[in-house]
Amino acid sequence: MLEIFNLVGVRGERRLFDSLDFQIMPGCCLSVEGENGSGKTTLLRMLAGITKPAAGTIHWKGHPLDQQWCEYRRDVLYCGHAVGLKDDLDATENLQIMAALAGVSITRSRVCEALHKVGLAGRESLPVHALSQGQKRRVSLTRLLLQPSALWILDEPLTALDRVAVEWLGNVIDQHLQNDGMVILTSHQHLPLVSTSHIIRLGS
Amino acid sequence: MSTLSSRHLIYVVMQRDLKLALRRKSDTITPLFFFVIVISLIPLGVGAEHETLKHIAPGIVWVAALLANVLSLNRLFEQDHADGTLEQLIFSPAPLSMLIVGKVAAHWLLTGLPLTLLSPVFALQFDLPASSLLTLMVSLVIGTPVLSLIGAIAAGLTLGVRGGGVLVAVIVLPLYVPVLIFGAGSVDAAAAGIGASSHLSLLAALFLLASFFSPLATTAALRVALEY
Repeated sequence: MLEIFNLVGVRGERRLFDSLDFQIMPGCCLSVEGENGSGKTTLLRMLAGITKPAAGTIHWKGHPLDQQWCEYRRDVLYCGHAVGLKDDLDATENLQIMAALAGVSITRSRVCEALHKVGLAGRESLPVHALSQGQKRRVSLTRLLLQPSALWILDEPLTALDRVAVEWLGNVIDQHLQNDGMVILTSHQHLPLVSTSHIIRLGS
Repeated sequence: MSTLSSRHLIYVVMQRDLKLALRRKSDTITPLFFFVIVISLIPLGVGAEHETLKHIAPGIVWVAALLANVLSLNRLFEQDHADGTLEQLIFSPAPLSMLIVGKVAAHWLLTGLPLTLLSPVFALQFDLPASSLLTLMVSLVIGTPVLSLIGAIAAGLTLGVRGGGVLVAVIVLPLYVPVLIFGAGSVDAAAAGIGASSHLSLLAALFLLASFFSPLATTAALRVALEY
């Protein structure tokens, strides 16, 4: 369970959000909405521990995050705004390195299998710079299948995805929620979900 | 299947950077060419007087190594920052300082080590005796990792700053001064018959200090750079 108390987000001189309070229980999806520049990415980066909050605390499983960064990061999968892939490596190498950094070692054949599921069969050995934006996003989202984590933090996961891929992502998230997983995401598009998702609005 | 031992992670990051360098050879080779050209230009400018060249050779090789190193520093974090992979590295449950050790080690293997191997060939142009060549190489083997380690701090500090490339040189070159003094000094000392061991020990001490403090300082610098 992730609990947020009195979180304050500041960027430069501007106060993005003030005393934000919410919690996410297992099996819940939280959708962060707001206009461009309202602080969605900043909030997600705070939850990922990349940006420090100006004030407020974040608790994970009942304890403050400051005492358990390592455990928290093992439980969380963060897909940032940028796809985070190396252009000169192929999709499989990229995914294997990311998994290794998260402490999971996976074989090439398992990565290929996962890439088939996201519709990238035959593109496993192409350098990432030869893929389209949408395909790059798909590669990055393949991590959802490869790295078991309780909480997914997804920043604009639908960017550049086509309808089939959006539907696929909706299914994967639904399944994750059914298995008592947690999801936090931002998106300007509609994500088709069977499960209900809570919404917080920033900047209002 | 959790494999989060520090050694394994250093290896993963190192392997990744080496693989990337192999795919993008021009980036890796440019600093080496720069090194070769700088060394070759000096005799043309100073003139071919035998004794003068012999006297200035260690200094020239070391200064060229310093400059080549500065030239290669932007490779360390900049691309990772631009494509978002640095964010992923920071988010890894592993200690960031260990990942930095892996990156610095790869950086040394791609710049410091080739420079060291090239140096005797080009120092021959200056007619250095064989014993001095050996001392020069040993001093470079101990000294160039210090350059990569100190350079990592500067590269982290200037990450995402406009005109960072020049700023790196301004920050880092003064910090390289002790390495230059003891590195070039060791060859002079050996040639003068005093023995280079004291200079080399001091270089080794610098290496130990830098390998302890640099990963910590670079971690702090990167965290600040990624705040925004």
